Amino acid sequence: MRRVVPIGPYHPLQEEPEFFKLIVEGEKVVDLEINIGYNHRGHEYISPTLTWDQVPFLVERICGICSDSHPYAYVLAVEDCAHIEPPPRAKYIRTIIGELERIHSHYLWLGLAGHFIGYNTVWMWVWRYREPLLDLFELIMGNRNHYAINKIGGARRDIKPEDYPKIEKYLDMLEKKNAMFTKAILDDPVIRARLEGVGILKKEDAIAYAVTGPTARGSGYAIDVRKDDPYDAYDKVDWDIVVGKDGDVLAKAVVRLLECDESIKIVRQCLKNMPDGPIETRVDGIPPGEGIGHHEAPRGEVFHYVRSDGSNMPVRHKVRAPSFMNIASNVVAVKGYSIADATLVLAAVDPCYCCTERTMVAYEDGKEKYTGKDLLQLSWKKTERLRERYRK
Amino acid sequence: MNIIKTLFSYIIFPGFLFTAVVGLFVTWIDRKVTARVHWRVGPPWYQPYADFLKLLLKETIIPEGSSKIIFLLGPILGLIGMSILAVMLFSMNFNPHTSFVGDLIVIIYLLALPPIGVILGGSASRNPLASVGASREMTQYFAYELPFLISLAIIILKAGGHIKFGDIIIAQHTSGSFLYSISGIIAGVVIFFTMQAKLSFVPFDIPEAEQEIMAGPYIEYSGVALAVYKLTRAMMFFLLPLFFISVLWGGFADWWAVLKFLVLVVLIVLVKNTNPRLRIDQSLKFFWLGLGIFSIIGLIFAFYGL
Repeated sequence: MRRVVPIGPYHPLQEEPEFFKLIVEGEKVVDLEINIGYNHRGHEYISPTLTWDQVPFLVERICGICSDSHPYAYVLAVEDCAHIEPPPRAKYIRTIIGELERIHSHYLWLGLAGHFIGYNTVWMWVWRYREPLLDLFELIMGNRNHYAINKIGGARRDIKPEDYPKIEKYLDMLEKKNAMFTKAILDDPVIRARLEGVGILKKEDAIAYAVTGPTARGSGYAIDVRKDDPYDAYDKVDWDIVVGKDGDVLAKAVVRLLECDESIKIVRQCLKNMPDGPIETRVDGIPPGEGIGHHEAPRGEVFHYVRSDGSNMPVRHKVRAPSFMNIASNVVAVKGYSIADATLVLAAVDPCYCCTERTMVAYEDGKEKYTGKDLLQLSWKKTERLRERYRK
Repeated sequence: MNIIKTLFSYIIFPGFLFTAVVGLFVTWIDRKVTARVHWRVGPPWYQPYADFLKLLLKETIIPEGSSKIIFLLGPILGLIGMSILAVMLFSMNFNPHTSFVGDLIVIIYLLALPPIGVILGGSASRNPLASVGASREMTQYFAYELPFLISLAIIILKAGGHIKFGDIIIAQHTSGSFLYSISGIIAGVVIFFTMQAKLSFVPFDIPEAEQEIMAGPYIEYSGVALAVYKLTRAMMFFLLPLFFISVLWGGFADWWAVLKFLVLVVLIVLVKNTNPRLRIDQSLKFFWLGLGIFSIIGLIFAFYGL
């Protein structure tokens, strides 16, 4: 007998608006329907109403956790469009913040993953070691989140030389703790029993669904913008792509943990080789043209496209967030596992639903399936239907 | 006079009221120890009482179309079972001669009442998640009951073959606790894990996994009915370690029992905090293949008097 187990429209765990319809037979999940779009905020629409310099503050608020990634990609896109070369010190600063953010985002996920399998001790401990990093952000940029470090043509704030030892000290502590967590997760038989062989996403499926970030790398698909198309300081430091092979939840967790080690390596080298000099270049307007920028966010590739007509505002700004691609792969990953595993598998891609609220145009036989007018009509019809239902 | 005495023992001491008050205090120990393990501060001692009172003041909502009687019978069943169990445990520990033949079987059935209440209530809730939870509770009950009964058989063998609770306690008074022998340790380990499962604590909190099925059978409960469920759980948390001490660790008629009790409670809480939740099939395998065979080995040891 088929039944529907609903997760949503407000996720009781991840506390974000989305709707997963698990279609189950007994405890086994046979199909999954994904419904998103409960939280559309129209960032791409607002963006052309703001000046070039205001947009980073807007796109920063697309995602609360990886709030550095979106402005980073946007800034890269505008610099690509205007052929601006930021000074080397700014590049290093942006790289450092990007990597520190990866650590804090991966630790957030790790803690939540512990919570999802009922292991609240992991949750509390992991977040305990994440907390000093947020303090560090506050020290450097004055904010625990939404750092506003990216600026077209440079960085908005400098990292003071007297703050280097504080960052180094945190990294030393984290390196030990990260080794401890990696060992704990790989050695604990009960954790392995829960994570190993669960939610397998094969490499072919990973490629077919165009997943990005740790989700793809966990399936053995070595894709990483930092290596494939290096920007800022990423080609000036020595680091490796971490690739898993099984594609299960354990592989994804291990990829994230080992990536933290790589991030520590990158930040250390950046601090060591940090050049002196200015942190921004003067930008006198954006010439007409278009530009793309992509940054490897903690969840995968975040892609921004901007078009300029020479005025002080973008005429078009398109965002593609990594979760948008990753969440769709749940359909294959979750099939055949139990409800108990489903919560974990759905969370294993490190979903960010507010990032995911993007519009997409579907084409059918070379024509748009729904135009704006059609969507409006559909929406009216639905309102009518709901009114009918609740009139009784 | 006798009726008043009986009523007093069932309703006030050591029955309902005493067990409830102490049980809620034990849940505070749980919360405090858990918090310290998590590097948190933890709530003040009156927090469980405050939570309970708050729930009593809330509205009890009965889902539309569900069977009202069964929905409300669910919570009460467990509460009654635990109150009677408290009276039996106390009277038999302090006065073993009140025991009657077969009272251990009565206790086994009283311990089965809370899960039956949860299954009934969950099934009557008309909620897909609650019915998933109820079916998990049922599976889990059958999983842990097998090794539990075998390890009780070990204890009966060691007490001389009488299914009498008083005999078990008298035997331990005369020849030392059962726990200090090989088969006793085996029975102890098995009953310890069974307690964990009966209390629905991690790694066996599968029926009410808040992250998977949002508290499962309890999802539709609110107000007084939910409070009663919580209270039953608290009373179980008080009585199950006492049951453990009575059948294996020399009874609780002396002051050492307080220490033993605290050791058991802290052990339960530590196991709860150092494990992730198992899946229901893994739990079944653990209890039947793991602990089931383990307890049969214990039974063989007990047969040869080890």
